[in-house]
Amino acid sequence: MNELQLLTWIPLVPLLATIGIVATGKSPNIREAVSITAGLILFWMVASLASIVSWDNTATLVLAEPLPGLSLAFNLEPLGLLFALVASFLWPVTTLYAIGYMRAHHEINQTRFYAAFSVSIAAVMGIALSANMLTLFIFYEILTLSTYPLVTHAGNDKARRAGRVYLGLLMGTSVGLLLLAMIWTWHLTGTLTFTNGGVFDHTISPVILSVLLILYVFGTGKAALMPFHRWLPAAMVAPTPVSALLHAVAVVKAGVFTILKVSVYIFGVDTIAELAVSDMLVMIAALTIVLASAIALYKDNFKARLAYSTVSQLSYITMGAMLGIAAGAIGSGLHIAMHAFGKITLFFCAGAVLVTAHKSNISELNGIGRRMPWTMGAFAIGAVSMIGAPPFAGFISKWYLLSGAFQTEQWIAIGAIVISTLLNAAYFMPIIYAAFFKEEDPQHSHGEHGEAPLPILLALLVTASATWLIFFFPGVPLALVEQMVNG
Amino acid sequence: MNVTEHLPILVVIIPLMTAPLCVLLGQPRLVWFAALVSSWLSFAAAILLVMQVTAEGPISYWLGGWEPPWGIEYRIDILAAYVLLIVSAMASLVLVFARKSVPREIDEHRIAYFYTAFMLAFAGLVGIVATGDAFNVFVFLEISSLATYALISMGKDRRALNASFTYLIMGTIGATFILIGIGSLYMMTGTLNMLDLAARLPEVSDTRTVRAGFAFLTVGIGLKLALFPLHLWLPNAYAYAPSMVTAFLAATATKVAVYLLLRTILVIFGIDFSLGLMPLDNLLLMLGLIGVLSASLVAVYQRDIKRLFAYSSVAQIGYMVLGIGVANTTGITAAILHLFNHALMKGALFIALGAVAYRIGSTRLEDFAGLGRKMPWTMAGIVAGGLSLIGIPPTAGFISKWYLVLSTLEQDLWPVALLVLLGSMLAVIYVWKLVEAAYFGKPDEYRHYQEAPISMLAPLWILVIANFYFGIHTGLTVGLATQATSALTGGGG
Amino acid sequence: MMEIPGLFNYWVVVFLMMAGFYVVISRGNLVKKLVGLALFQTSVFIFYISMGKISDGAAPILVEGVTTYSNPLPHVLILTAIVVGVATTAVGLALVIRIYEAYGTVEEDEINEQDLIDDSAADEPVSSLGGEKDK
Repeated sequence: MNELQLLTWIPLVPLLATIGIVATGKSPNIREAVSITAGLILFWMVASLASIVSWDNTATLVLAEPLPGLSLAFNLEPLGLLFALVASFLWPVTTLYAIGYMRAHHEINQTRFYAAFSVSIAAVMGIALSANMLTLFIFYEILTLSTYPLVTHAGNDKARRAGRVYLGLLMGTSVGLLLLAMIWTWHLTGTLTFTNGGVFDHTISPVILSVLLILYVFGTGKAALMPFHRWLPAAMVAPTPVSALLHAVAVVKAGVFTILKVSVYIFGVDTIAELAVSDMLVMIAALTIVLASAIALYKDNFKARLAYSTVSQLSYITMGAMLGIAAGAIGSGLHIAMHAFGKITLFFCAGAVLVTAHKSNISELNGIGRRMPWTMGAFAIGAVSMIGAPPFAGFISKWYLLSGAFQTEQWIAIGAIVISTLLNAAYFMPIIYAAFFKEEDPQHSHGEHGEAPLPILLALLVTASATWLIFFFPGVPLALVEQMVNG
Repeated sequence: MNVTEHLPILVVIIPLMTAPLCVLLGQPRLVWFAALVSSWLSFAAAILLVMQVTAEGPISYWLGGWEPPWGIEYRIDILAAYVLLIVSAMASLVLVFARKSVPREIDEHRIAYFYTAFMLAFAGLVGIVATGDAFNVFVFLEISSLATYALISMGKDRRALNASFTYLIMGTIGATFILIGIGSLYMMTGTLNMLDLAARLPEVSDTRTVRAGFAFLTVGIGLKLALFPLHLWLPNAYAYAPSMVTAFLAATATKVAVYLLLRTILVIFGIDFSLGLMPLDNLLLMLGLIGVLSASLVAVYQRDIKRLFAYSSVAQIGYMVLGIGVANTTGITAAILHLFNHALMKGALFIALGAVAYRIGSTRLEDFAGLGRKMPWTMAGIVAGGLSLIGIPPTAGFISKWYLVLSTLEQDLWPVALLVLLGSMLAVIYVWKLVEAAYFGKPDEYRHYQEAPISMLAPLWILVIANFYFGIHTGLTVGLATQATSALTGGGG
Repeated sequence: MMEIPGLFNYWVVVFLMMAGFYVVISRGNLVKKLVGLALFQTSVFIFYISMGKISDGAAPILVEGVTTYSNPLPHVLILTAIVVGVATTAVGLALVIRIYEAYGTVEEDEINEQDLIDDSAADEPVSSLGGEKDK
């Protein structure tokens, strides 16, 4: 298949899978097979795209022209490819996990779940492959809408309220701020295409550029920059596969991906460096990093702690993008991949514990490591990656981010990274310690149980191994991100 | 006799003649069928007109062969053809929906008269669009208005009668203001033909008479338009009218009024006078904005969904007026574009609401509980229409919003841009109220639920698909709108 | 100053228009509102007709030797407008009769009161398919 064909099929495969899932809804095994097969095909396609792409000569697929001069178009770009690789790899893994989880938990409406999942993946592919800001925005909104039924899956009042926060924040920021920024950019420059070096020329005043940058960054609610982060802890009401794939990988990464793309291809790394407001945004990101980590420390609910940890980690990426230097952008791009693998492992573990031991609070986890050694072992790997210690993935991206911060002499950034590393240790290590070294508390026991179901375990082990392997073989992500900065 | 020569008048005559035919036919099924065929013929004529006008330029048709400006001229240019397309398309779709809806809501012995009135209303609206003579506009305006008063009063709830009466009073005052305006213009120029007026007005435009005439015309059209604060008749009228009438009116009547406003201020008076000399641009900008925000806010608190979307219509009209008030090419294009897109959205929404009313007999919010599961296709249609209303891509509503915000940014009116987007967010609130009720609520155990019949789902889904189609392939809509704008503001006609 | 008596027809128009408008707004009785409306429309008729009169103009019938005629066009326009006015009044009165049948009164405030009762009654759940029995 050539590049154009792949570009057409990649967003299409998950959509076709949706139809397949709905059609086979009555036979769960076939339905799940459709999901997994589609996921494997998708990953194979994205990987093929990665192998045949030649960065000197990338093709653009134009689908339609909704507005004169603005088209709905896909093309291949290094960061987008990285995002697509991560997301398409983790989709079948998460589907495997979900099979174990949803069945063990006897969840209702599973067809709707898998169908909404694949639509969401289609939207993520659309975001990853978008050639201009309009296309990205369209799929960004579709992603918000398609994840709403997933977040409110439980259908009870709590889910409904969480859904309101989710939709309200995400749609409010995207319609109120991001759309305005987009239309304004179009008005100023006549283009929204992602271009190396940015689309703004020197005639546009720094004041306007500063306002635009603020609109873009805060308008991307999915990046969970404070104060627009509340939707992420609210979304934890969703089933854990949703939290794992979407709110550790797809939705949140779409957010920071957007910010990174905007900063590299709409503004340009040099323009960001010249703007004073980016320093302010670095500080806001730094604040989010530290504050969110601090809040995580106080959360006893397992998923809530992980959610705030995600908020914090996402701002690493935002901060890197706002540093205005190549190393920062590289670190941000890498962290998109590194954090994805680490966090998804952590969420997988939380879900495994929920479904096997019926425990959702950290204080109940004493001694669970003995009953669920593989699960908690994977958790330990994921946690160390989050903390950023070698030999796990998180180390590499943190290295680049720190390097970028040093080069631009942003001491606040450096301070934030250091403090949050310590805080990460403070809220992850006790969990591991309690799991393996503390005695089980009979009060919190819900009966005898063993390891998690097999599909869940397999998924866990795949992502945990990936976290470890990427440290030793960072070639592909590193090459892609460097291409982004140099291309 | 070549049919295509007479298309401009056929588009009006076919529905007009069907009206007495309906009285004669009497039997409900026959009458419905006659109305359906007539509206589809009219739609076909409108399509042919669009093709003709885009190929050859504006068509001028002399009624009775009398040469204008002494005779009455029917002038179809791009804007007129575009609006004709919308009105006849909506009539055709709504009549399909009417097949099951009307017998449920109107007494059997009245159905023939109902369709008679409907055909008159339709003919009146089409006549307003097609004509090129100012007084003819008044005549057709009153034809459609009177028929509309009768239609609204046929609603099931007795409050429809008072709603219709209020509309009658306000509508007649509005039409009379328009008449005064036309009289003032006639007094100063001696002609009633729109193009002739456009040619003769500039030399007398500095007189009090002309300015007073302008004011009367604008206020009169504003009443018909439901421009804030002259919108008070609309919520009740839409809420209590029969479902089919609401669907039709929401999608067409106010659009034709916007068309009339554009025709008046841009063609008859010219953009320099209307939006430059007279402070209409600021007035429309302000009133449009206030309309958007206040109506959206009121909509949030409504318990009856028909009323909720009626207030939403007032807000959407505010957007169109805002576009005109911004007074640049993009703004007017945005207004014309939204004419089309809003007809699609509201047509779909009110048809869906009519289907709900058909099945469960009510449109109150609490009765929507659980409807998402029991009437999935209908509710999905409402969600899709709602998304277009909010302005989420890839729907048609997004395109209109884009142009509107772009136009405000072009005039450096970024606070207005922010307020427009605030209006969108208010729309999210009231649309989501409905979505939550339908998908999270528990359906009533004692009620019989069933999906809507095909005759209702078909027009609904045609409109929904159109919403998405015209959100992605905007060639037709944006193309016609931009052409119309340049004709109205540059070429003058 | 001498122009004011010369503009006498316009004064009549303004007076009728305002009187009619005032009646529409201030009177609560629906029939009276219609009367006010008719008054309002009549003022416009006079506006048009009086504008058609040309100074020293003869009646608009072709006669040998007469060169200045009054303008017949406004008369024609007003004939149309009068018909429209009649139709409006007819529809309005028909509505008033129906309102009387449904509400038992034609006073606006009493109708509004009854509507408020309707509104609060409608807050109770509907138990059957379209059960109102009006008309």
